[in-house]
Amino acid sequence: MSGTSQKDAGRPEEELSTGYHRLDPGQKMDIGQILRDLEHYRPRRTGWTWRKRVPHQKTGPFEYRDTSVPLKRSVPLPASKYFGGIDPQPDCVITTEIASGRFEDDIRRMRMAAWHGADHMMVIRTAGQSHIDSLLEGTPEGVGGVPITRKQLRATRKALDLIEDEVGRPINLHSYVSGVAGPEMAVLFAEEGVNGAHQDPQYNVLYRNVNMVRSFVDAAAAKKIMAHAGMLQIDGAHNASATAREAWRVMPELLVQHALNTAYSRMVGMSASMIALSSVPPTAPPAPAMYSDLPYAVTVRWLFSGFKFRAQQNTRYIESDTREATVTHALNLVLSALTSADVQSTITPDEGRNVPWHYNNLAAVDTAKQTLLGLDGIKDMVALRQDGPLPTMIRELAERAVLFLEEVKEKGYFQAVAEGMFVDSGLYPERNGDGIRRDPEGGVGAGSVVERDRDYMAPVCHHFGYNNLPEGLSRPCQLIGGCTLCSPEKIVFVAELDPEDNVEHRYAAVEKELNRGLVRPEIQWANDGHLTLTMFIAQPERVAEYAALEIARKLGLEEPEVIHRGIAHPAEGTLVEVKARVPFSVAKDALKIPEKPQVLSEDEIREDLRRHPMKVVCATVGEDEHSVGMREIIDIKHGGIEGFGIKASYLGTSVPIDKVVDAAIEEDADAILISTIISHADIHRKNMERLAKICQEKGVRDRFILVGGGTQVTNDLAVQAGLDAGFGRGTKGIHVASFLVKKRRDL
Amino acid sequence: MTGMQRPSDLETRRQHLQFLTDEQLKQRFWRLAEEIVRPLYDMAYTHTSPSIERSVLLRMGFSSLEAAAVVSAAEKRHLLGKGAGHLVLKYAELSGRGTGYLEAGRSLARGEDWDVLKAALGGEGT
Repeated sequence: MSGTSQKDAGRPEEELSTGYHRLDPGQKMDIGQILRDLEHYRPRRTGWTWRKRVPHQKTGPFEYRDTSVPLKRSVPLPASKYFGGIDPQPDCVITTEIASGRFEDDIRRMRMAAWHGADHMMVIRTAGQSHIDSLLEGTPEGVGGVPITRKQLRATRKALDLIEDEVGRPINLHSYVSGVAGPEMAVLFAEEGVNGAHQDPQYNVLYRNVNMVRSFVDAAAAKKIMAHAGMLQIDGAHNASATAREAWRVMPELLVQHALNTAYSRMVGMSASMIALSSVPPTAPPAPAMYSDLPYAVTVRWLFSGFKFRAQQNTRYIESDTREATVTHALNLVLSALTSADVQSTITPDEGRNVPWHYNNLAAVDTAKQTLLGLDGIKDMVALRQDGPLPTMIRELAERAVLFLEEVKEKGYFQAVAEGMFVDSGLYPERNGDGIRRDPEGGVGAGSVVERDRDYMAPVCHHFGYNNLPEGLSRPCQLIGGCTLCSPEKIVFVAELDPEDNVEHRYAAVEKELNRGLVRPEIQWANDGHLTLTMFIAQPERVAEYAALEIARKLGLEEPEVIHRGIAHPAEGTLVEVKARVPFSVAKDALKIPEKPQVLSEDEIREDLRRHPMKVVCATVGEDEHSVGMREIIDIKHGGIEGFGIKASYLGTSVPIDKVVDAAIEEDADAILISTIISHADIHRKNMERLAKICQEKGVRDRFILVGGGTQVTNDLAVQAGLDAGFGRGTKGIHVASFLVKKRRDL
Repeated sequence: MTGMQRPSDLETRRQHLQFLTDEQLKQRFWRLAEEIVRPLYDMAYTHTSPSIERSVLLRMGFSSLEAAAVVSAAEKRHLLGKGAGHLVLKYAELSGRGTGYLEAGRSLARGEDWDVLKAALGGEGT
């Protein structure tokens, strides 16, 4: 089993509309091909796409209640192999946040994430872009995200058009219409087929110190363009709970921030179905999280019925422990399943310690898929109580939010912000005086807004506000023979402004190494050389940390850095994770890769065994009471060797090796199969060596095919021990049956 | 300087809400939100900004570099309130080059002829 699922469904005609090439699932994406002829590339659609829900969908042996149309190609969850390789897809859009700093690596990450089930690629912007008062061009490298530019967006959209054909599902591209270039960003996004965006003037004001007049004036213009392009808007309220000292105390304010951006968006003309509230469970264990997160989740969904919900995951309380983060996120997903989520966001488990690494994007997407599938249909069986604390808490929260709005109304919004009413750590109406205060006449872009003159005019479509256009136009851009939103051929493509800091220059160096077949590990950029070491050191925290760094150095690794410490016991030991760089590469062509064993078909095995019956003697050997592995290999109901017609005599657990051999002689068996499941101190190897030795001593080595099995067994290990074959983790009956048949033919 | 500090006065503050049904409370929530943003909407309707004007020029088919140059020159001459697109069309009409508004806009982006334009619009020159 390859671990991926591929369906041979016919390709729909429209997938040829990229007009360039298709991705080959067996080949890496060719960045050069993505960049070629980019100035002429046009996105195939604009606007947001939801998944197609399929109620009561039969998938493998199950019926699902909350899933959507399956993917054509994907990587299913690891346990999928026990259920026929199924990979059901939840009915909500699943987001992954992409932030490598290089767009050419972003798109590889997107491809992997799409195969795991993400269909919303949220591209994080480089630090500082929100304060740049114009668009950027080209493909410079970013910090904590990429510079969002026309070339970067067009190349990304082109790559996604190919990736969506490969997986068989539309993929939404998303970034930010915020900062001081919001309206231009909105036009750029509409022109380049970006499908969703964050837009919330309050975010600019509170967290980016953009002047509040500028921020709201710009927001109206940007929202109108987004509405035209059918982009899904995500607001920024969740940042309050990511910022406040005690996140759960800002819940009334979160409702207020959602309301202000939503009311403003509606006024400008955005439809309710294109407005998504970014709602995040405010707290995390060890707090009794559900007890406050659930009332909040229900309140926001009640007050904002008719709008969409983007269920964000908690980032406020994530530390360097990826396990802890994953559990918090699984709880957040339970909340989504008990209430609702139209877009399920994911936060990578390593977000608390570094800019997300690509494989952690996949981990986060898998966590969402796994948890939501596990909770499929839960609302058919479990309902929220209409009595008890829940309704009281909902009412109180809504009242606090109304009281908050009353005070903002009384002061006026700008004055309320100036007085620090927002992001105060007091549970409203309590105030702690630690809110964010902004001067209405200060901040980035202050003084840049001007009143429109009576003869103000803008000869373009979807332009918000007063516009003194001549009478009788069928549309505003008739004056100029079409604007870019109506006539995309007028869009001006700027390739690069910096001769050094651009994708072609960057990629040339990487490509040279890749073309020579050189391989290094990586975490975010192609062949970046980074890896992590996980080690338990039986020393207190500080000693363990420095010992771990020294070990990494002695291994010859560069730039070692401790990224996680988990205390096992103050004196007994510490778990340490170290990130470091490998100073060398390995040549792919020089690797000695053993042939992958060929497995005979079920029919061929059965036919062979029908003509030449086979008997085997099996046992779990040594001091081992675990029989599950061997039973899986033997039992007919698990697809074991009996199912192919092999007569298996199972002697049980903890059987001495010489007894196994005696039994095989007595029964005149063709083969002996031994298994050691739990292995320590190399017991599995010693058992296999002992089997070979006893057979030799008794002069029967040539009469039997000898096979060893167990979780730590490999074929090489078994052959070295003197057996004919070894089978480890993931082995199925057919692998063993196929080997036995082939081996007997060779004898 | 710190902001306002206040112990919770929820019980007195919420008195007037206690007889509202849940539905009435929700309506009040939305009415207040709309009342708060209405003046912001009105302000946005009658005002513009450099970014808005650059977004107009982009839609007219100018590059981001040209758009930035035109808007910054217009700002310096206090002409942004006319609308950057309007300025370009006006200049195209004035210059009578017959080469179209894009060429005219590019001249403005290079800093040419702003005084002519400003005079024609009734301004006082730079």
